[in-house]
Amino acid sequence: MAHLVVENLTKTFGTLKVLKGVDFSLEKGEVLAIIGSSGSGKTTLLRCLNFLETADGGQITVSGRPLLDGYNNDEDIRKKRLNFGLVFQSFNLFPQYSVLENVCLAPELHAQEKPDFKANKAAILADIRKNGMELLEKVGLADKADAYPCQLSGGQQQRVAIARALALSPEILCFDEPTSALDPNLTGEVLRVIRSLKTSDRTMIVVTHEMDFARKVADKVIFMANGIIEEEGTPEQVFGNPQSELTKAFLTGFDFTED
Amino acid sequence: MTFLEVTAFLLDGFKISLLIFAVTLLCGAPLGLPIAFCSMSKFKPLKALSKVIVWIVRGVPLMLQIFIIYYVPGLLFDFPLFSKIDIFMLINYGIEDAGRIVAVLIAFTINYACYFSEIYRGGIESISRGQYEAGYVLGLTQSQVFRKIVLKQVVKRIVPPMSNEIITLIKDTALANCIMVAEIIKQAKELAATDAMVWPLFYTGVFYLIFVGILTILLSKLEKKLSYFRG
Repeated sequence: MAHLVVENLTKTFGTLKVLKGVDFSLEKGEVLAIIGSSGSGKTTLLRCLNFLETADGGQITVSGRPLLDGYNNDEDIRKKRLNFGLVFQSFNLFPQYSVLENVCLAPELHAQEKPDFKANKAAILADIRKNGMELLEKVGLADKADAYPCQLSGGQQQRVAIARALALSPEILCFDEPTSALDPNLTGEVLRVIRSLKTSDRTMIVVTHEMDFARKVADKVIFMANGIIEEEGTPEQVFGNPQSELTKAFLTGFDFTED
Repeated sequence: MTFLEVTAFLLDGFKISLLIFAVTLLCGAPLGLPIAFCSMSKFKPLKALSKVIVWIVRGVPLMLQIFIIYYVPGLLFDFPLFSKIDIFMLINYGIEDAGRIVAVLIAFTINYACYFSEIYRGGIESISRGQYEAGYVLGLTQSQVFRKIVLKQVVKRIVPPMSNEIITLIKDTALANCIMVAEIIKQAKELAATDAMVWPLFYTGVFYLIFVGILTILLSKLEKKLSYFRG
């Protein structure tokens, strides 16, 4: 069975059907790019995976465990969320914490809940900090560890947000238009970092308008329109030889289909 | 009466003013928090109740509220609670005005708690959804998100309006003289009545000014302390 299986996922806001039955699956280590115009349901799909919204119907299965199992109290939802990490379009760093504290906050709070925390407090915290610094090095911001978010550029803030999401080692890392809020000259550094995260055991889902990035980095591309998956395939298939009229129309908005 | 004697006499009154100030702040500030949460509650009846209370308390003059708290037990239940406390404390401990002061403290605490609750509510609601969601996707509980992420940002945002309210509070304490509590203005009026001295009344302004000056310095220090981050 695939690492992540999404079956017939539906979500309605009031009378607006945002997801009308979404199906796809991902193997471990695969990178999925989701493209499509605004309002097609891309972001809602990510939010359902991260349990920021509760899907109305369907199933989400991670490593064989079905997550939409009807157990929806706060504690259950919290555990399910930890399968996924999410990087937001607007970064959402915690302004009152330094860069390193942003990365280490959640691991520290999780560690405090463990029974052996009190006994090994110093060692556990040192370990979390060390891991945090390693992640900051990975995103190229080790020298900014003590800076505050307001002192960073948008691109740097987003890289911190990526390190923060990585700190909990989620099985599946999601990006919701990670470069849409950035100046064009800053998108490169963020995309490079995301690309560098591609490893054999890290599954990633990237909602993006960066077609070039989707084409080069993704193993699989999904084009969403009106709450369903209109087209799905490898980047070569979707970008090189789109079948659906909607996909063709969408892609002609970007002038790279020929090259 | 010499200048020093007048100063000492007024200072006695200002101690009462400060007592009202301190108790209102210490009780009203925490009490505002549950009121703010009720005003933001998803449970409609609770929200409505809280909004009506805040509307009444903010909509009626504080002086009238002091009268209501002070007189209602006697008028409605034939049990003048606060006068009884006055007499009891005077006879047993020689403390004057105790019941009246308690009535004033209750009125002030309720009144200011409602004002504070609206400041808290505004502060809490001004924090973007994204901050909560960032916490949730990191697997934090609602309470962790509030305590570790939202709270400090709220505090930063409410310091300026709270400063305003706190400065208003010390001046509002003068209202206590409507039920003859011997705060500083009442003391000054007494000097005017008994010794035909009017200048102490104006002199009371100096006491307020000095205290407000100290408050301003402390509050701006707090503001500075929180200026290391934006948000």
